Amino acid sequence: MRKAEIVTAFLLGIMSLYFMWKSGEPPEWNPDVGRFANIGMIEGEGPGSGFWPFWLSAIMFLCCIWIAVNWFRKTSPLSTSEEPFLDAYAIKMLVLVGGGLFGFLILIEIVGFYGAIFAFMLYYMVVLGRHSIVQSLVIATALPVVSFFFFDIAMRIVLPKGYLEPLFIPLYDMFL
Amino acid sequence: MTLSKRNFMGLVGAAAFALSTVPATVMAFEPTKPIDFVIMAGKGGGADKMARLMQSIVEQENLTNRPLVPTNKSGGSGAEALVHMKGASDPDHTIMVTLNSFFTTPLRQPGLGVDIMEFAPVGRMAEDTFLLWVHKDEGITSFEQYLAAAKERGSDWVMGGTGKNSEDNIITDFLNNNYGLSMKYIPYKGGGEVAKQVAGKQITSSVNNPSEALGFFESGDMVPLVAFTDERLPMFPDVPTLKEAGGDFSYFMQRAVVGAPGMSDDAAAYYTDLFTKVYNSAAWQKYKSDKSLMGDFMAGGDLKSYWDTQRTRHEGILKASGAIN
Amino acid sequence: MDVLASLIDGIFVALEPMNLGLAIIGVIVGLFVGAMPGLGSVNGVAILLPFTFVIQSVTGTATSPMIFLAAIYYGAMYGGAISSITLGIPGASTAVATTFDGRPLALKGQADKALVVAALASFVGGTISNVLFTAFAPPLATVALKFGDPEIFALMLLAFATFVGLGGDDIPKTIFSICIGLVLATVGFDIVSGEPRLIFFDITGFSHGIRFLVLAIGVYGIGEMIWTINSSRYGTTMTEVNLSFKGIMQSVREFPKTWKGTSIGSFLGFFVGILPAAGATPGSLMSYGVAKLTSRDPKSFGKGNVDGIAAPEAANNSASTGAMLPMMTLGIPGSPTTAVLLAGMVIWGLQPGPLLFSEQPDFVWPLIGSFYISNVIALVINLAFIPLFLWMLRMPFTVLAPLIFVLSLVGTYAAYQDMFDVRLMVLVGIAAFFLRLLDYPLAPAVLAIVLGPIAEPKLRQSLLFSDGDFSIFFTRPIAGPITVVAIILILLPLFKFVRDKVRG
Repeated sequence: MRKAEIVTAFLLGIMSLYFMWKSGEPPEWNPDVGRFANIGMIEGEGPGSGFWPFWLSAIMFLCCIWIAVNWFRKTSPLSTSEEPFLDAYAIKMLVLVGGGLFGFLILIEIVGFYGAIFAFMLYYMVVLGRHSIVQSLVIATALPVVSFFFFDIAMRIVLPKGYLEPLFIPLYDMFL
Repeated sequence: MTLSKRNFMGLVGAAAFALSTVPATVMAFEPTKPIDFVIMAGKGGGADKMARLMQSIVEQENLTNRPLVPTNKSGGSGAEALVHMKGASDPDHTIMVTLNSFFTTPLRQPGLGVDIMEFAPVGRMAEDTFLLWVHKDEGITSFEQYLAAAKERGSDWVMGGTGKNSEDNIITDFLNNNYGLSMKYIPYKGGGEVAKQVAGKQITSSVNNPSEALGFFESGDMVPLVAFTDERLPMFPDVPTLKEAGGDFSYFMQRAVVGAPGMSDDAAAYYTDLFTKVYNSAAWQKYKSDKSLMGDFMAGGDLKSYWDTQRTRHEGILKASGAIN
Repeated sequence: MDVLASLIDGIFVALEPMNLGLAIIGVIVGLFVGAMPGLGSVNGVAILLPFTFVIQSVTGTATSPMIFLAAIYYGAMYGGAISSITLGIPGASTAVATTFDGRPLALKGQADKALVVAALASFVGGTISNVLFTAFAPPLATVALKFGDPEIFALMLLAFATFVGLGGDDIPKTIFSICIGLVLATVGFDIVSGEPRLIFFDITGFSHGIRFLVLAIGVYGIGEMIWTINSSRYGTTMTEVNLSFKGIMQSVREFPKTWKGTSIGSFLGFFVGILPAAGATPGSLMSYGVAKLTSRDPKSFGKGNVDGIAAPEAANNSASTGAMLPMMTLGIPGSPTTAVLLAGMVIWGLQPGPLLFSEQPDFVWPLIGSFYISNVIALVINLAFIPLFLWMLRMPFTVLAPLIFVLSLVGTYAAYQDMFDVRLMVLVGIAAFFLRLLDYPLAPAVLAIVLGPIAEPKLRQSLLFSDGDFSIFFTRPIAGPITVVAIILILLPLFKFVRDKVRG
């Protein structure tokens, strides 16, 4: 935990600096305006467009320094924690669950939401939940079917279908 | 959610409407899946209200065999919607309701790489009009009185409008530049909010569309002074146009439906046919006269040349106000 | 009593079979749409808007379609609490504050109690605001008009102030969380300058801004879920709910104990709700904050205090009725949902505005009557469905967890039909898990992204108005006192901190 605390504070500090830099970005079409021209008070108008995000990001950066100071002085609870940030179990869990979620996102592009829901439920229930194949198949099939009727048919929210789109054309003929 | 709209409509539809129109001619193109109906503005604005009315008319009169599915994409003053259209995976099922940001946004954000001439000209449904409004307590009843008062108060005269570099801003700039005024312009999120600021006397004037200010007009809180149109509006027969008051300026908001770049000609013809029917429906005509909209239906080459003129005009206006180089 | 007679007539019209049927269907639709993470009342009313055109042509009046949509709106407000309590994901921004105490109570095995309190508080809030609406609608509309930009900004400042105590014990991490929420709220298009801002890595997806739902579902749906899986090591963390009729009745009998939270929520919610631009979310957040500030036992908030459920739930229902007021009398929508309702009224041929009450009594009074009716229907249906929602909690965790992941992804997509949001939401969720491990409080960031987009433009519009002079927030008769109170509330904990440092 001790190491993770300072590494995170460092990364968040970098992010705050990026936010500050980005807040001062001049408009794309106007080369006459310099970077950071918009972060101050404009005479007679009040704050410029970059004022609010720039100074708040600056406070974020100061908070990161504050966290680092607490870390060096060992005054915050996490800066003295000897516990590992992620133990073996947590790493395995993250790879399986987080990986599953990224797989879900990629599958949406290929087989659409309904195909991806089926695959994700099956994966999670069989691999992580150790449920029986039959039970998993039933739930993994039922969920996309229910979702289709809820979203595409009842709510008229068309979820992406990827390469499976042609399969849905007859369903539209029947239900829409 | 056991409710099926189609079934319900089937039940009551036959009894309620005799005018249900089924296309008699066989079309070369028929949509095979729900149609992505993009709205280039947020919920509740003029464009959104109109888009939802069009959708309602299509549903009510059963004009398509697949539903229109509206999605609001207001990001970046319409940039998000334009990029979505440009990258549409199935242009034959992607159409969009546009306003004037269709002309200005590609000019102001050339990085988007959007050429509006690539869009399919499905149909122009109307042109919205602009009027100059003040609160009745100002005691101003004519454009001349307004000019005198605004000149006297300088930057204490506050004009509100929808967003920076928007239609409202263009009109305000015109008034400032041509009549020696120095009104202050404050951008708000939507036309309804602007009208409320005038009615609550938080700001001095606005250039709302009639539909946004109508409630306060009827109650007498807001007074129209001049119309930025070519002829007087039937709803406001006593309000002169700016041309009558000596200015050479009129300005309209396009309310048109466009198809995604790459839409096939058959599909474009199908949608033009569809929106011609919407345009001719009683509901649309009633809305048009109730909200004081102008402009006839326009499609195909006519609409494209209209876009071309409008684009050139907006380029000039934006350059003059320093919003583009 | 003119008003009373009109109201009674209106209630009778609302009780006609067609209108009553529509109200019941509307409430049920709203309840389920609202209970779904990602979907809220706005989706319900927007999707069924074209259908109302059909209703209108059948009944011939604009009243029936409006009753239908208003019932959906009501139902969804009740429904929003359900996912907040049972799944820990606020389905809509209005239900964020409900998770703070609703979720801990559910984890203690008292989800039934939490749901009952939420339902009853919603009912009381809804009814009180109906009475206020009936009696004072036209005069209140003029009050709403008095709230210009500086007043709304002062109000947002006050909303923040009531939340100062919400963070964790680690001060820099709490401030960091507030600031990052406020910064992320500015991503996208800046209406005041007309320029895009903070388009990270020039990705177009950021041009519509970072939506509240992306952050909320990411933090509460994905982040919280992964954290639970990690800390529970596949054991159940949730105490089983004992579902019995007796238990539910017991909770109903105990409800009057939350009178304080409920009344704070009902009145504050209504008042904040009628202000255009504010709406139900700040109303429910402020009610939670005030209930905590005035409580004798503020430490128990966030750990399952029933007042902490009653206050925001009473407030979000009360505020939704309140938000109808500027919509109907001024034609200004205070929330996305009322924006769609406004579009509906225009489509049905009505002109919202100051004259609506006097010129369209046949529309207005049955509608107000239906508010009362829908509220009763929503309460009954909600209580009847509680066993069904509790049953969801009895699912094995290895089924419930993937189900919540699926709901989070589908819900995020359904809200705006944008794949970019879905990808960003998953990334936010995974980042939230790491930050949670390191004790970064994330609730302040979620609140900040709700209030930030209102506060920042209002600040800048006010200063444009005053030529950059900050005294505008102190010299105006309404804004002044609110600003001063807000600043005192913000400085109080700071004084305490300094005093403790000096003494210690």
